[in-house]
Amino acid sequence: MTDPVLSVRNLTVEIPTRRGVLRPVDGVSYDIAAGEILGVVGESGAGKSMTGNAVIGLLDPPARITGGEIHLLGERIDQLKGEALRKIRGKKIGMIFQDPLTSLNPLLKVGEQLTETILAHLPVSQSDAEARALAALEEVGIPAATQRLNSYPHEFSGGMRQRVVIALALCAEPSLVIADEPTTALDVSVQAQIIALLKRLCRERGTAVMLVTHDMGVIAEAADRVAVMYAGRLAELAPVQQVVQAPQHPYTDGLMGSTPLASLGQKRLRQIPGSMPRLTALPDGCAFHPRCQRATDRCRSNPGPTLAACNGRAACWHPLTDEDRAAREATA
Amino acid sequence: MKPLVSVTHLTRIFDVSKPWLNRVIERLPKSLLTAVSDVSFDIPQNSVYALVGESGSGKSTIGKMVVGLLPPTEGSVTIEGVDLAREQDPEKIEKVRSDIQMIFQDPYASLNPRWRVKDIIEEPAVAQGKKPEALAERLLEQVGLAAEDAGKFPHEFSGGQRQRICIARALASEPRLIVCDEPTSALDVSVQAQVLNLMSDLREDLGLTYLFITHDLTVVQHMADTVGVLYLGRLVEEAPREALFADPKHPYTRMLFDAAPKMDGFGREIEPPEGEIPDPINPPPGCAFHPRCPLATDLCKRERPEPRLVGASKVACHHAE
Ligand SMILES: Nc1ncnc2c1ncn2[C@@H]1O[C@H](COP(=O)(O)OP(=O)(O)OP(=O)(O)O)[C@@H](O)[C@H]1O
Ligand SMILES: Nc1ncnc2c1ncn2[C@@H]1O[C@H](COP(=O)(O)OP(=O)(O)OP(=O)(O)O)[C@@H](O)[C@H]1O
Ligand code: SF4
Ligand SMILES: [Mg+2]
Ligand SMILES: [Mg+2]
Repeated sequence: MTDPVLSVRNLTVEIPTRRGVLRPVDGVSYDIAAGEILGVVGESGAGKSMTGNAVIGLLDPPARITGGEIHLLGERIDQLKGEALRKIRGKKIGMIFQDPLTSLNPLLKVGEQLTETILAHLPVSQSDAEARALAALEEVGIPAATQRLNSYPHEFSGGMRQRVVIALALCAEPSLVIADEPTTALDVSVQAQIIALLKRLCRERGTAVMLVTHDMGVIAEAADRVAVMYAGRLAELAPVQQVVQAPQHPYTDGLMGSTPLASLGQKRLRQIPGSMPRLTALPDGCAFHPRCQRATDRCRSNPGPTLAACNGRAACWHPLTDEDRAAREATA
Repeated sequence: MKPLVSVTHLTRIFDVSKPWLNRVIERLPKSLLTAVSDVSFDIPQNSVYALVGESGSGKSTIGKMVVGLLPPTEGSVTIEGVDLAREQDPEKIEKVRSDIQMIFQDPYASLNPRWRVKDIIEEPAVAQGKKPEALAERLLEQVGLAAEDAGKFPHEFSGGQRQRICIARALASEPRLIVCDEPTSALDVSVQAQVLNLMSDLREDLGLTYLFITHDLTVVQHMADTVGVLYLGRLVEEAPREALFADPKHPYTRMLFDAAPKMDGFGREIEPPEGEIPDPINPPPGCAFHPRCPLATDLCKRERPEPRLVGASKVACHHAE
């Protein structure tokens, strides 16, 4: 097997506050291979963006990496600073955020932004860069790309703007793309276009993609594997079909079950009681235990379950089996 | 039985021209945006009517006209037989107004951060001068929170809990109709399930009627009795939920359904729909969907299709069958 593009080991991010040290990312490990899309899901505040930002080196102080290692193409990047970090960002890692406007300079024409980015990261001439900028816009499906090079970001619709951001994220031919809720603000028809585009580029170029979203449907269609986060920790990590159709962690099971599609024809949706704990008041043991029907004394005591301490797939002392799921379907 | 809400030929036009002076200097014509155009539908008592459509299709504008926050340019909204925009009798207006409440998308923005939950919830009832004892406490329990929460401030609650507070406030004046504009769009699916279940329970317990505005087809499929699909301010299809999801008739409805991600669509390769919603200030002539429609013919470019019955659906399309 070839080495993964991205390898995250035991990543821990901490934020010192007056009420003590918070840990929004706690011992997270995962790999992403070339041409693979890793979906990251979990409720708001689970630590999805924080994990992505840690990889790009974009944590807002006082949040900082306090443990673990991040390797990109075999090179350790979690300790890089300043110029070295900026070089990697953009050149080797492309970024796509929810709001396209945060990634675009409103005062620069789209063509200029693309050309600048290409020149900053690739050893090409000005005219080569311009040609590549045009090709990048065409590749993401912007009609009349030659004219659009001279447009400003505000002259594009939301969907077209997100395409420009994707062109910008990919123009330096990065090995890894981190897409944090890239379609959350978009309509379904545009979302379908953007997801199809991401999938195609990932496949054709062998780019590794970390796709953060809370839309289970998008995950099901786009991701190869899925990481489920809960309260800063990995709850489950497995191929997409297993996570969606045969979840082992009770949290994953609850998350999948609460989507309206999972309860079609039923009067009420399956719901997970309660809400995710705040980082300031994390329960002992498994952070999910107060909401979990399978919880036992073991779950309430430390040390809590981790992927490594359990079966490698679900951080749970009592993962669901096929029989458990079948029994539940029968009673529903 | 007479419907609780009757919307007829509802139209709303916004003047989006530049200021008068600019127009004169730059010799620009007045520019008008038709956000809602000739929309008609009924909502029977104790049912859920869902309006779906992509951004800018006019959902919120219709919602605001139904609750009386925005006057229609043409057409009317009649609730319990009273047309709020034209009724003269203040007593009738007051009565109908107290029967309607609205819930918005953002549970953060719609709660005053400096008020205690008790005051937030009781405000609509106080405004009507009829506040029963321990109203907030009772409503909090009804929406699954605790009576003790009445003394807290909004920031002490999670997103889903805040939306429950919004619902509790909406219930304070004992409404019959609740207009919900994307009530769960800002929430996680797990929290969305809690809020949708609560809304279903309240519908049963209190006999509420909902106008449910959303762009999420999965939510529609779960909640709605009848669904209206909007495109560029017009109702292009209306059908009972089962019929619509089993057999969508309008090419736009089909496009929406195909584009929506599926939970079992692993590695699904779809041909994503082409194009985007056109500029509402200069909508295409004929059927506004024709530039994106696989069935479009010359007729579609020329003539606007009138709604007609096809199976169980009311469809505005020349070629739907
Ligand atoms: N400066 C800070 N001080 C304290 N806590 C913080 C700070 N910044 C972030 N957090 C917390 O870190 C946690 C992780 O946040 P993160 O943005 O990664 O969540 P997320 O999973 O991306 O959620 P969402 O789906 O809402 O984007 C949250 O609980 C958040 O409240
Ligand atoms: N006050 C206003 N002035 C000018 N134009 C407006 C106004 N309110 C709405 N519009 C326009 O009317 C159209 C319909 O807007 P509306 O907010 O009803 O759409 P929507 O279906 O609710 O969309 P979304 O899903 O984005 O909420 C849009 O083109 C919008 O820009
Ligand atoms: S009327 Fe014509 S253009 Fe419009 S949706 Fe039907 S077939 Fe397509
Ligand atoms: Mg986030
Ligand atoms: Mg709206």
